[in-house]
Amino acid sequence: MNFYVIYPEIAVLVLALLLICADLILSAVETRRSLGYAAIMILGGLFISLFYQYHIDGSVYFYDNLFYFDNYAIFFKQLFLAAVVMTILFSLDYAEKLRYSGEYYAMVLFALIGMMVLASANDFLTMFVGLELMTISFYALAGFRLDDKKSAESGIKYLIIGSVSTAVTLYGISLLYGMAHSLDFSVIEKTFNVFSPLGVAGMAMIVAGMFFKMSVIPFHMWAPDVYEGAPTPVTGLLAMGSKAAAIAVFIRILFTAFLHITDYFMPVLAVFSAICMIGGNIAAIRQKNIKRMLAYSSIAQAGYMIVGICAATPQGIKSVMFYAFLYVLANVGAFAVLSVVDCQNNGTEYKNLSGLSQSAPVLAMVMAISLLSMGGIPPTAGFTGKLYLFTAVVESGYVWLAFIGFIMSMISVYYYLKVVRVMYQGSPDNSITVSGSIRAVVLISAVATILFGIWPQYLSILTDFAAFTFLR
Amino acid sequence: MTVGMTHFLILSALLFCIGLYGLLVKRNLFSILMCIELMLNAVNINFAAFNYFLPMPDLSGQVMMIFSITVAAAEVAVGLALIFRIYHDFATVNIDKINNMKG
Repeated sequence: MNFYVIYPEIAVLVLALLLICADLILSAVETRRSLGYAAIMILGGLFISLFYQYHIDGSVYFYDNLFYFDNYAIFFKQLFLAAVVMTILFSLDYAEKLRYSGEYYAMVLFALIGMMVLASANDFLTMFVGLELMTISFYALAGFRLDDKKSAESGIKYLIIGSVSTAVTLYGISLLYGMAHSLDFSVIEKTFNVFSPLGVAGMAMIVAGMFFKMSVIPFHMWAPDVYEGAPTPVTGLLAMGSKAAAIAVFIRILFTAFLHITDYFMPVLAVFSAICMIGGNIAAIRQKNIKRMLAYSSIAQAGYMIVGICAATPQGIKSVMFYAFLYVLANVGAFAVLSVVDCQNNGTEYKNLSGLSQSAPVLAMVMAISLLSMGGIPPTAGFTGKLYLFTAVVESGYVWLAFIGFIMSMISVYYYLKVVRVMYQGSPDNSITVSGSIRAVVLISAVATILFGIWPQYLSILTDFAAFTFLR
Repeated sequence: MTVGMTHFLILSALLFCIGLYGLLVKRNLFSILMCIELMLNAVNINFAAFNYFLPMPDLSGQVMMIFSITVAAAEVAVGLALIFRIYHDFATVNIDKINNMKG
């Protein structure tokens, strides 16, 4: 058995357990910031070490096809690591307010292991375990603010709806297992037995369960409530990590296990993506709470990413990966600012942000850049990402989908700019202090967003490489 | 009459539907958690049955079943903790009374 293949997961698991132990040893009055810094250093090291794991050929399996370590998985692992490192960095201040901040860091790391396992899942068993590890950690994280009733409410809502989606997915997996006699993606691909009614029902249930996790529109009802009630850094991680992980495993299921139905399934997926873009963007317009607005906008972003999957070409997959990465960058900026505002102005309504340009000019600037990137305005990376997505899908013949995407991006700019207007027009209620870690993370996200917008080729080469070795 | 695979499938489908129905009708959080358990156990029956009637000797279905039982236990543990918090905050476990976020 080649344990080298799962070294990122092992490292994160050991780190999480060590954090729990350290949390117990530290005296109760002492701050847990040091645990956060330790986690950031080690995860950062892992992030860099994964750059050396990209390979031309000979992707390795672990434990009899259960776990696949290819370039695609490595890219997504890096994406999750980046998201978690930056989330921990901007939640250092926020975690001080939580009563069990040591456990908060450990929980985030458990969720990270789940995401990383999902990225390389090559068997429904691995996928199920990764999915549950991720979502159960998120149930606990969503209810982590003991002083806030909304947090408990969002936790229980997420738990109920999430468990139902798990049950539906599992039922689908069991039906598929009955037809294909295996849980292995590559075996299911080669079994034509799965085209019986039971097998197709199983596939539909699995896809529905994945749609729940990706918050695609008919299955999105949990997202706004959970996003609003959960602690702000957790909301950010939900939007970046949980969604990207679900999309990563969805793509792998679609193009390995369900490869032979993709031709029939892509038009359906295109319709879902169109509904997602339209519904998410229109519902976002009339929200009062910015976290809720970002929840609906993240539904729309899921729609954009599905546009890339619809293309069903290496270019399409590449554009999804590219978009997922810059979506992480944009979200880090937006949620870092929101967590500061939430901490110091006690709320994330539009009025809490009024006059942010005077009380904290850097934060207002970064928020504006992040929102413009989500909306897809040229100098930012969001524009490049959407360009790749829509070019890929037009080449595959879905011109109408790209058209809807263009129109909806324009509409989305309206509600993103509404936030910018509030920040730059109103007058501040109180002054805001910005700590060094927040300043660092917002500057990283803003600079990276603009750099990848002007010089996308570095990220583009990487995603191209991962996508072309994935679909060959 | 011999009990074949179809019987097991019908049993599990029924259990799943009962769970889903209870989930939609029940207002008590504990009942909802039990209904979710019912749905997950329906899946376990499915896995065991499919594995038993497999043409070749293979245990992947049973392995999956054990994993699903374990995960369901973890899920319920988190769920009970959250219900405890809900009761602490709202002094009720009725799901209609805790639904404050809408829109």
